[in-house]
Amino acid sequence: MKITFKIWRQENSNTSGDFKSYDVDGLTEDMSFLEALDHLNELLVQRDEKVIAYEYDCREGICGQCGVFINGRAHGPHANMTTCQLHMRSFKDGGTIVVEPWRAKSFPIIKDLVVDRSAFDRIIEHGGYISAKTGTAAEANAILVGKEIADKAMDAAACIGCGACVATCKNASAALFTAAKINHLNNLPQGHQEADKRVMEMTWQMEQEGFGSCTFTGACEVECPESISITNIAEMNARLVKAKWLR
Amino acid sequence: MLNSKIPEGPLENKWRNYQIKSQLINPANKKKLNVIVVGSGLAGAGAAATLAELGYDVQCFCYQDSARRAHSVAAQGGINAAKNYQHDGDSVWRMFYDTLKGGDFRSREANVYRLAELSAPLIDHYVQQGVPFAREYGGVLVNRSFGGVQVQRTFYARGQTGQQLLLAAYSQLYKMKHAKKVTMFPRHEMLDLVVIDGKAKGIIARDLVTGQLKRFSAHAVVLATGGYSRVFRLSTLAIGCNGSAIWKAHKRGAYFAAPSFTQIHPTALPQTSKAQSKLTLMSESLRNDGRIWVPKKKDDDRKANSIPEEERDYYLERRYPSFGNLAPRDIASRAAKERIDAGYGVGRLKNAVYLDFKHAIERFGMGIIKDRYGNLFKMYKKITGVDAYKEPMQISPAAHFSMGGLWVDYELMTTVPGLYAIGECNFSDHGANRLGANSLLQASIDGYFVLPNTINNYLANALKEEPPTVEHPEFEQVENEVQHHIYKLLAIKGRKTVDHFHRELGKIMWQECAMSRNKKGLEKAILQIEKIRSEFWTDVKVTGSDKEMNTELEKALRLADFIELGLLMCTDALQREESCGAHFREEYQTSEGEALRMDNDYSFVSAWSYSKDGFKLHKEVLKYENVEPTVRSYK
Repeated sequence: MKITFKIWRQENSNTSGDFKSYDVDGLTEDMSFLEALDHLNELLVQRDEKVIAYEYDCREGICGQCGVFINGRAHGPHANMTTCQLHMRSFKDGGTIVVEPWRAKSFPIIKDLVVDRSAFDRIIEHGGYISAKTGTAAEANAILVGKEIADKAMDAAACIGCGACVATCKNASAALFTAAKINHLNNLPQGHQEADKRVMEMTWQMEQEGFGSCTFTGACEVECPESISITNIAEMNARLVKAKWLR
Repeated sequence: MLNSKIPEGPLENKWRNYQIKSQLINPANKKKLNVIVVGSGLAGAGAAATLAELGYDVQCFCYQDSARRAHSVAAQGGINAAKNYQHDGDSVWRMFYDTLKGGDFRSREANVYRLAELSAPLIDHYVQQGVPFAREYGGVLVNRSFGGVQVQRTFYARGQTGQQLLLAAYSQLYKMKHAKKVTMFPRHEMLDLVVIDGKAKGIIARDLVTGQLKRFSAHAVVLATGGYSRVFRLSTLAIGCNGSAIWKAHKRGAYFAAPSFTQIHPTALPQTSKAQSKLTLMSESLRNDGRIWVPKKKDDDRKANSIPEEERDYYLERRYPSFGNLAPRDIASRAAKERIDAGYGVGRLKNAVYLDFKHAIERFGMGIIKDRYGNLFKMYKKITGVDAYKEPMQISPAAHFSMGGLWVDYELMTTVPGLYAIGECNFSDHGANRLGANSLLQASIDGYFVLPNTINNYLANALKEEPPTVEHPEFEQVENEVQHHIYKLLAIKGRKTVDHFHRELGKIMWQECAMSRNKKGLEKAILQIEKIRSEFWTDVKVTGSDKEMNTELEKALRLADFIELGLLMCTDALQREESCGAHFREEYQTSEGEALRMDNDYSFVSAWSYSKDGFKLHKEVLKYENVEPTVRSYK
C-alpha cells in the first residue's frame, strides 16, 4: 500500500505548527494505523529527520493513551473504536490521510500529535473516588448490590479516559467523561455517602478546566470507544440539580 | 548469603508474628519520611496511596501521561481470592497449594501462603473502593473458574477486571494527591538509582516532555515497574513496558532472581507482518469450547474450511487426552510451537494454529456461543477483519508475563537496603509458572497490604540518619553517568534504527529463550546477543536531541537495557539444568516429552549479582516444610 500522510508537526507548546506531507510506500493492509506511523518514523530516522511524536501504550484499546484526529474524525473512520484498533485496510491504497492532534483548549499541544490531558486527572481528583482508607473495608458481601445496579455502574465505569468525547465535541465539552465517573460511583451504595459533594465538585472542576458546555449533539457517544451513552450526561445533570436543591 | 527473613512459627501465624515484631513509627514522624514509588500500576498506585494515607510523604513516578494508563489496565480475566463464596471447598490452604503447585515448586512457602491469606480482605477493599464486580441478581458477588483450578474463586468485572481495579487504585492515588500527600510525576522515567553508603537514597529521572534530568531523594525507594517481556519485542505487553528501572537497580547491587522464567500465553493473535509491534491476547476462556488443530499435511495451502475432518490434527487432544484443549498455558504453548516448527503452521506467515468453534456451534447453537464469547469474536473481527463464527481463528503463542524479577525477601526488600520491589517486577510468589488471575492479586497484595506493613521496619531506623539530599556528591556522580550514557548513544549516528535492533534481539530471544531451550541454542544466543550489543553501540541511529520530547531516544535507552537483560536471561536458562514450569530445557524431559524437574540439584531460587566481569549466581535454597513437591501431569 502507498499512502500520503499529512501530519501536524509542532516542535513544542511555545511554537506554532503546520502540516507536513509524507509519501509512504511498503505498507500492508494488516498493519495497524499506529504501525504505519511506526514505519514512517523508521523512514524518518533513516532520512536524519526527527520522529513524529504520538501517543500509545497498550495497543489493544484499553489504556486510553492513543488518540488522534484522522481525516476529520476522532480515532478515525469507524465509530466506537480507538486509534490503536484501526487498521490500514480501512483506507484506500494511494489515498491521503490527514492526522491531527485532539483539538481542545483544555488539551494543550505538547508536541506534534501529543496533547496534555491532565485536566481529566484534576477532575478525578475532585471527588472521582470513594474516601475510604486501605484496611477499613467491611466484608464484601455485607452490602448487596443488585445486578442491574452493578451493570449500570460498570457501563459508565468502562470509560478509558482517551478524550475523544472532548475532541469530537464542537464545544469541547468533557460532560461525557465527567458524567461517566460520577454515575459509576453514585450508582453504587459504596458511593452514596459522598454523592452530592462528588457531583458538585467534579462538575465545578470541569468548568474550571475550561471545557465547554454540553448541547446534546450526541457526537461524543459516536466516537466513545466504550460506547458510553449520552443518557449519562442527563443523569449527571439531574443529580446536580438535586444536589443543589438539597443544600 | 541470602536471608529471606521468613518469620518464625507455623505457616498460618507467620504474617501475624511478623507484624507483632516489626517496628512502628509515630504518626508525627511519618511525615518526615519520604518514599519514592516508581510505577503507578496496581502495585505502585496501591502502595503510594496507602503509604500516603499512613502519613508518609510520597513521590510517585510514571512514564505515561497519567497513572491510569499503567499496564495493569489490560488484564482481562479476573482476580483470585479464597472467599469460598461458592461453598465448593475452597480455603486459604487450598489456594496456597494450587499456587505453589502451579509454580512447579519453585517459590517460597511463606510468601505464597501470605498471598492466599490476604486475598479475601483484598476483595473487601476493592468493593469498598467502588469496583463494579459482577453480581448475582440477589446482589452477592459472582465467581467463575479459571486456569485449571477445581474451585470457583475468580472475581471479575466483565472482561475489564484489570481496568476496574486500576481505576480504583488510580482514583485513591489522586485522592491523596489532592490531599497533598503524594506528588505525582507523570511523563517521568527513572533512568538510574542512587545508592549512598550502601542504601537506596533516590533516583535520577528524565522529564519526558523537556528532556531534563532531575534528581529525587528519599528515605526509601520502591520499584513497581511491571514486567519485562518486551525483551522479546513481540509480546502481549504495552509498548512502553520496559525493564530499565530494575536493570539499573540490578547494576547498582540488587540481585536479579529467575530472570528467564517467562510465561508464554498460548492464545494470542499471530504476527502478520514484520512491522508488527504487538500481539493481542485473546482470553484463555476461548479454550473451553474451541478446538485447536493444524492440518495433517505439511504446507497445506487449502482454506481451513476445505480441509476435511480426517485431515486435521487435534494435537492437544491427541497428546493430552484427559486435559485436551484445556492443558495448562506452558504445555499448550509448547505443543503449538512444536507443530509450527515442524512445518504444520497455518496463516500467511505459517506461524499460527487454528482455534475452531465449528463443533461448539453445532453442539450448543450460535446463540450460546455468541453469549459466551461475543465480545471476543467482535474484537477478533476488529483486528483481523475475519468472522470467526464462519472460519476458525488463527492463534499463536506470545510472551506474556515475567515470573522473574528482582530478588526480594519476605519484606519485599531487595538486596540493596532501602530498595523495595513490588508487583510483577519482583520474583516472589509465582515460582516457575503463574496461575491465571493471580497477577492482579499479587500486584495488589504487595502494594496495599504487604509493603505498607514492612517498610516501617526499615524506615524506623532511617529516622535516626541524616535526611537525604540531592546535593550529595553521589547524586552528582550518577546524574553525570546518565548524561554521559545519553550523549554516547546520540553520538553514534550509525545506520540502523532502534527497532531494527529490537527485532533482531526479539528473534533470538524468541527462538532460544522462550518456550523451549537447549544448551547449544542458549550458548549461541549469548554470542549473538553480544554481537547485537556491540553493533547497537556502534551503528544505531537516534535523531533529535536529548533536550526535548524524543520518543526515539526513549526507545533506545530501554533497548540498551533489554539487550543486557537478554544476556542474563540466557545465562540463567543455561545454568538451570532441569525443566520446571515455563522453563523447559529440551535435555530434561521424560520419554513422553514432559518437563523433568531435578529437585535434588535445583530446588533453589537463582539470584544473580552483577559485575563488569559477568553475572554471579547466588542460591536461596527452597525448603518445603508443609507440602511435598509432586510431579505435575496432564495426560
